[in-house]
Amino acid sequence: MSLEREPEPSSPPTAPSLPMDAAPIHAPAIINFVAASEPVAQEGPPSPIRQYLSARGNGGLADRTFAAAMLVCALSIFAIVLFILTILIARSKLSLAQFGFGFFLRSAWDPVSGDFGALPFIFGTLTTSLLALAMAVPLALGVAIFLAELCPARLRAPISFLTELLAAIPSVVYGLWAVFVLVPIMRDQLGPLLVKYLGWTGFFGGYNFGVGMLTASIILAIMILPIISSITRDIMLAVPVSQREAVLALGATRWEMIRTGVLRNARIGIVGAVILGLGRALGETMAVTMVIGNHPEISKSLFAPGYTLASVIANEFTEATGDMYLSALIEIGLALFLVTIVVNAIARALVWAVTRGAPARSI
Amino acid sequence: MVAVGASAQNITAAGATFPYPIYNKWFTEYNQLHPNVKINYQSIGSGGGIKQTTEGTVDFGASDMPMKDQQLAEAKVKVMHLPTVLGAVVPVYNIPGVSKELNFSGDVIADIYLGKITKWNDPRLVKDNPGANLPAHDILPVYRSDGSGTTFIFTDFLSKVNPEWKSKVGSDTSVKWPAGIGAKGNEGVAGMVRQSPYSFGYVELIYALQNKMAYGTVKNSAGKFLLGSPEGVTAAAAAAAKTMPADYRVSITNASGAASYPISSFTYLLIPLKFADPAKGVAVKDFLTWMLDHGEREATEMDYAPLPAQVQAMERRTIATIK
Repeated sequence: MSLEREPEPSSPPTAPSLPMDAAPIHAPAIINFVAASEPVAQEGPPSPIRQYLSARGNGGLADRTFAAAMLVCALSIFAIVLFILTILIARSKLSLAQFGFGFFLRSAWDPVSGDFGALPFIFGTLTTSLLALAMAVPLALGVAIFLAELCPARLRAPISFLTELLAAIPSVVYGLWAVFVLVPIMRDQLGPLLVKYLGWTGFFGGYNFGVGMLTASIILAIMILPIISSITRDIMLAVPVSQREAVLALGATRWEMIRTGVLRNARIGIVGAVILGLGRALGETMAVTMVIGNHPEISKSLFAPGYTLASVIANEFTEATGDMYLSALIEIGLALFLVTIVVNAIARALVWAVTRGAPARSI
Repeated sequence: MVAVGASAQNITAAGATFPYPIYNKWFTEYNQLHPNVKINYQSIGSGGGIKQTTEGTVDFGASDMPMKDQQLAEAKVKVMHLPTVLGAVVPVYNIPGVSKELNFSGDVIADIYLGKITKWNDPRLVKDNPGANLPAHDILPVYRSDGSGTTFIFTDFLSKVNPEWKSKVGSDTSVKWPAGIGAKGNEGVAGMVRQSPYSFGYVELIYALQNKMAYGTVKNSAGKFLLGSPEGVTAAAAAAAKTMPADYRVSITNASGAASYPISSFTYLLIPLKFADPAKGVAVKDFLTWMLDHGEREATEMDYAPLPAQVQAMERRTIATIK
């Protein structure tokens, strides 16, 4: 028995002979990268990368050229911003001289008498954008959390695809949809409901024609939802799985794991996504113009028509004839530029204040 | 046909969007007759047209409203105004349950946009529309949010018939609207009015005709309520032709005559008095003559109101002076 069985222990090594045969082919190559000083002559010709690197000559020159080229690319951002700012200021000289800084605080907009001010437009831009953020951010976070953490694999592809499709729809299509679908809903169903239950806040007074600040905010919220949610999802997926496993191993529930393990690690990226969404909301022109009512007034009621900085430029630039009128419109552009910078700066400052020296701890 | 010149002429022009369809047709037809003359027209708006022409960026321009004295004085390239066709503005509205054609006087329209008439059953509206069964509902006034010649003609008319409008608002391509909401373009106003019950707006006559929209009548200076039509517009121009100034810069809103539709206006080509390139001047002159000989006849089929005969005769003399 024992003699007959003796060959058996030696036979298993022969069974997995295939992987063992394959290994030697790769082994020398790996050794080459790890220990570069080893001679390679016996191994055959050097790797293509090695051949390329030794053929191209001085490495230092290539490095410096590359660094300089990238620096030029980075500086071009500064150049573009400065160029835009210079042109905006140069072209709005007339109205800057006439109205001074007060331009940003005046409510007049009368092309006939040449009296201009940006306040109603700044108010409309900020109100609609911030309201849109208030509506879109919770929804977008929900979409992103579901897609990144909870979604069955079968559903993930279709939902992601639809989210990205929403982001690709041109804004004029959103505008048309808003005019034909959202405005009547606002006027006949949603509006009366808001008056009934939230009328006491004073934000839903006056006559509701279906167009106005609230309708514009809703369409903006729908437009920025896909941007915020798809970026947030990508950021959440970039959080290492080990973070999730560690938190779960400490006994966290699913929600606690998402909150402390994922959202907390991804928060800076999420704020970045929100800022991108805000950027689109501030500059959005076409869809807003179609439903906001285009009336430069500052009203407490969200049903009232309003006007945004981007809309007034789009509406009036082509037929603006007087020099002062043109100059005022360009200063509106300057106002939009400054509003964007200030809002972004505030958002960055907020992130800095919240995340400064705060390592992982429960939120 | 006289040959215009041996060498190929590429002429650039820019300006008003309202006459673009017929200009495009004219320029294309003229090019088929004269393959060496190609006129490239960009419909960038009257404001841009005035700017580019007076700065010499394009060879000639087009505008829905005449240039102001100051603009003419400051122009680097001195231009003349040549009326080509006429446009008009008509009132549109949407009142559920009212299918009858409504009558509006200019004074009432001005007060609607001033926010002084806020209900459809206002006594002054009821007086002009006996038996129309107007509801006690808020009026939603809709105006053009984009700067446009349509708004200029409309507010020019309102300024003539309502003193308060003249002092408080005035007339321009965009004005400070006391009440209402703005919508972009004729299609925006028409869409908003169609969508919103109890709304009131104004659109170009051609837009209303081509989209088969119902519109209301407007009271003219003779006290007659007239439905906008190319004939009524040409009649208004003919009435104004008797007192036409030599530079054609005249407002024909609220023109005299029982057949004159009151919210009418010329649209103009802005032609340099002297072309830097004489060959281009010759080509443009020939085109303008062709336009009066043949082009005007095509206006009616495209729903534009053609120039009255008196104005055409006057223009032939003006065209002869182009250098």
